Amino acid sequence: MKKTGAEIFVESLKQEGVDVLFGIPGGVVLKIFDVLHQQKDVEVILTRHEQGAAHMAEGYAKATGKAGVCLVTSGPGMTNIVTGLADAFMDSVPLVAFTGQVSTNLIGNDAFQEADNVGISRPCTKHNVLVKDVNDLARTIKEAFYIATTGRPGPVLVDIPKDVSTDKAEFKYPDKVSLRGYNPTIEGNKHQIKQAAEEIMKAKKPVIYVGGGALFSDAADELLEMAELTQIPVTMTLMGLGSFPGTHPLSMGMLGMHGSYWSNMAMHHADLLIAVGARFDDRVTGKLSEFSPVARVVHIDIDPTSIKKNVHAHIPIVGDVRSVLKQLNVLLRSLDGNANERKQQLKPWLGQIEEWKRGHPFKYEQDDKVIKPQYVLEKLFEITKNEGIVATDVGQHQMWAAQYFKGKKPRTFITSGGLGTMGFGFPAALGAQRAYPDKLVMCITSEGSFQMNLQELATAAVYKLPVKIVMLNNGFHGMVRQWQDLFYEGRYASSDLGKIPDFIKLGEAYGIPGWRAEKPAEVESVIREGLKYKGPAILDFQIYPFENCYPMIPAGGPHHEMVLEDPPDLRSGAKKKPIEEKEGELPA
Amino acid sequence: MEHIISVLVENKFGVLARVAGLFSARGYNIESLSVAPTLDPETSLITIVTVGDDRIVEQIIKQLNKVVEVLKVIDLTEASHLDRETALIKINTNTKPEHRDEAVRICDIFRAKIVDSSPTTYTLEITGDTDKVEALINLLRPLGIKELVRTGRIAIAREAAKVTTRHNSQQPKA
Ligand SMILES: Cc1ncc(C[n+]2csc(CCOP(=O)(O)OP(=O)(O)O)c2C)c(N)n1
Repeated sequence: MKKTGAEIFVESLKQEGVDVLFGIPGGVVLKIFDVLHQQKDVEVILTRHEQGAAHMAEGYAKATGKAGVCLVTSGPGMTNIVTGLADAFMDSVPLVAFTGQVSTNLIGNDAFQEADNVGISRPCTKHNVLVKDVNDLARTIKEAFYIATTGRPGPVLVDIPKDVSTDKAEFKYPDKVSLRGYNPTIEGNKHQIKQAAEEIMKAKKPVIYVGGGALFSDAADELLEMAELTQIPVTMTLMGLGSFPGTHPLSMGMLGMHGSYWSNMAMHHADLLIAVGARFDDRVTGKLSEFSPVARVVHIDIDPTSIKKNVHAHIPIVGDVRSVLKQLNVLLRSLDGNANERKQQLKPWLGQIEEWKRGHPFKYEQDDKVIKPQYVLEKLFEITKNEGIVATDVGQHQMWAAQYFKGKKPRTFITSGGLGTMGFGFPAALGAQRAYPDKLVMCITSEGSFQMNLQELATAAVYKLPVKIVMLNNGFHGMVRQWQDLFYEGRYASSDLGKIPDFIKLGEAYGIPGWRAEKPAEVESVIREGLKYKGPAILDFQIYPFENCYPMIPAGGPHHEMVLEDPPDLRSGAKKKPIEEKEGELPA
Repeated sequence: MEHIISVLVENKFGVLARVAGLFSARGYNIESLSVAPTLDPETSLITIVTVGDDRIVEQIIKQLNKVVEVLKVIDLTEASHLDRETALIKINTNTKPEHRDEAVRICDIFRAKIVDSSPTTYTLEITGDTDKVEALINLLRPLGIKELVRTGRIAIAREAAKVTTRHNSQQPKA
């Protein structure tokens, strides 16, 4: 029996094991929403903005490793997801976005709510297709999921004209995909892996530098094995956090612009870098000409375009990180599996790193009058015992979260790294919460970012998604203010937001309760109250507005020239700035 | 330096835009472009000439390889190859009648053909490598060129089996 395009769409999603999609209806996708409405297998989460839908799908995908799905209408529905597509493209998130399109006979006519969806999304998708014939729909959907989730994952957009959703065709879901031009390489080249193993056993100052690629390929076990086998210290990019336990003695935490002093120093002095699913982003390398000046580089990545793009690789290995590490570990075990001997060999190096760490740990000045953001995160980390999932927005709070939430497991630290999208965190947290209804999901955010997608409070309330919104409220675009303090003589051009709105009252309007802390002594009880509550909740921490995030490599600077604290003149400058808070709340 | 890149693609709409977008996204100009179906009507061959930094061109070639509808990419610059283009040149023979004879003489030397003539114009066709086409254009310039149309270059490797460049030998897809 023939089925309509809309029925084929829904059947195809079921075949792909999709249990939820995020979206908003509109004229050209009404038929599809109508069919979705009449079944139970695929839940539809109605968001309040399409950008929210795209980020929720991303959050779902980042938490599960499965493709996230969103469905929006033509024209403005589609243009509203562009940020989500670009974000997913930068961070290699498997996302399948379905957009409605005007009927095929109207395409190109400037019809009502027409946009060139395929044209607009071309540079920010891994692949995209306009389906012109209902007979191609099932195959196209199958291919979309395959492309989104294999190789280097990424967003795929499928554009479905209205008549394609109403036309009928015989439904047969293909069981295999055959695309002549798409065959991701999985196995690494044996010869190169052998060379890498030899280099690794020879190195005296090696560092394992891990990016998001290790997470997509589920290589945490293999990574741990390699590090322990070789006793090589591990540093992670923002996207790589969680791939290696942050509390492990070999973990150096995050590197890069706001990374740990010791990991950046180790990168600078290393004689061998083993880059694992990382892409030498400029926020990581700092000044390229002075990046890791003496190191030889082994670069493992599934995407050949990542290799030798910014940094020369002496031993490039194209392949799936997990499969390459597996092969590598076999060799490492046979070459010299003796951890104790290795420990001896690397003792001076590990000792040096320990010294750097002791000299310059993450630190902040605790205060009993004003709340320090680091203190809130330390307490939160302590109280939640490293259980649960954290999604962050973008800014200072994101960097502090990366520094202070140490013990991350894979897929529990969700953040917008490549695009740095403010407004990502809250919808992403909702997507993750939908994937794991029983886990604790926290959105670490600040008032600037949160206001970019706060309309999703309604989604949280309606679908009872119990995300805890941890607001480090400083009344500023804090990260912008920090740069203005450091590089623009403290002129706060358009970075002062005022502590507006009152988020507790805002939450009330949505039926979401909130707790506020204004003094350090209140922090712990607000955390405990908020976490105890069963539904979504807002935890509003009124933090010291002039706290800066350190260490910091000024943009374009080299790794060994980190700024570790406020320069003395700035320190006094910040204190002198007028602060409207009540007297006595802030240091004189 | 100059690169001649052959890109074998699936013959579908939107593919050319994706290919061209990889150049424009990096601020790179395409000097010339030619596209036509191959023996297999389901595939097309795109020949692109671009000038640029080797490192960036290498990056573009890797990116081209990642496009789902791209089947094969070869940087012919690194292999022994032949390249040709065709130009149609319309010259003005109105001002001085002796220009008609001069045009015929130049045509002979270059083995170009006069493919159309009117009382006031000649249209010449030439096929050759870029040097030859440009030399002809330069010689005809004083006669008065009214219109000039060039196809852009197409190129082929001399010995197909030997075209393994550093780009396509170690560049699987992702
Ligand atoms: C969509 C978007 N617009 C602008 C920026 C530039 N930007 C980066 S950080 C930042 C300030 C973030 O402020 P907030 O969310 O309050 O976080 P805080 O730094 O105060 O912790 C801005 C404006 C961005 N990253 N994303």
